[in-house]
Amino acid sequence: MERVPVLKIGDILLVSIQIDMEDQVALQLQEDLAERIVATGVHGVIIDISALDIVDSFVGRTIATIASVSRVLDAETVVVGMRPAVAITLVELGLSLPGIRTALNVELGIEMLGRRADRDDELFDDDDEPGQAVVTTP
Amino acid sequence: MSDESQRLRVVTDQDVVRVRQLVRTVSVAVKLSLVDQTKLVTAASELARNTLVYGGGGEVEVTRVHNERRAGIRIVFADQGPGIVDLDLALTDGYTTGGGLGLGLSGARRLVDEFAIDTEPGKGTTITIVKWCR
Ligand SMILES: Nc1ncnc2c1ncn2[C@@H]1O[C@H](COP(=O)(O)OP(=O)(O)O)[C@@H](O)[C@H]1O
Ligand SMILES: [Mg+2]
Repeated sequence: MERVPVLKIGDILLVSIQIDMEDQVALQLQEDLAERIVATGVHGVIIDISALDIVDSFVGRTIATIASVSRVLDAETVVVGMRPAVAITLVELGLSLPGIRTALNVELGIEMLGRRADRDDELFDDDDEPGQAVVTTP
Repeated sequence: MSDESQRLRVVTDQDVVRVRQLVRTVSVAVKLSLVDQTKLVTAASELARNTLVYGGGGEVEVTRVHNERRAGIRIVFADQGPGIVDLDLALTDGYTTGGGLGLGLSGARRLVDEFAIDTEPGKGTTITIVKWCR
């Protein structure tokens, strides 16, 4: 069985799905990612689906589960690169992926995750002095 | 009128991938628009998975078809599984007996131009879909 590679880039795990996944491969990816989030302590996951020419309800559900599991493990998921025809089809299929953050490409996805990290910094920064080191993990 | 059909057995996850690839290839050959290709391949993926998971495996037949005005693709998904007892319920968004999202049947029906189910409890299920070029 093929496996989808998971790359660590700084505080982010990047998953670029380049193959037409059998259902088992999608489930394996879900497990691999959860393990890697815990092992690496990253706070962001980017799933690049720009190479996928379809997303059916199985892959859609897998992506939704990955996002939920990541959130529980204190990592935010952004899905990037969805093709327009895939977006149209997903909505007509009845799957609007509620609660899933999306960006047009990997670069914008990284930016989106960066903004969240900044917000978290502010959240935990109780004195307003700029340049002060802050603790972001409670 | 119809050309020769291509058939695939569906007994493993990998066969569902093969169905997607075959439907994609034929959709391109028939010159469906990109959005219609995507809709048809997605519908085929849903129905082939149902053939495998609920029908216990079966067969998919893909045929190029024509009427006086248009070309299209007809796909038949056939299994000898348990059949669908309550069809209206099975076609309801969100209804699943297998822990899925319950969008396969209802969603596939929305994604194609023609959709017909022939099912009998204990005998099996045959679903026929057609997508026409615009
Ligand atoms: N080929 C089939 N044979 C028997 N039952 C089926 C078949 N296809 C679908 N069903 C039934 O219809 C229900 C809805 O199917 P579907 O909309 O694809 O949702 P899901 O696959 O998520 O359960 C299934 O849970 C199953 O009970
Ligand atoms: Mg289904």
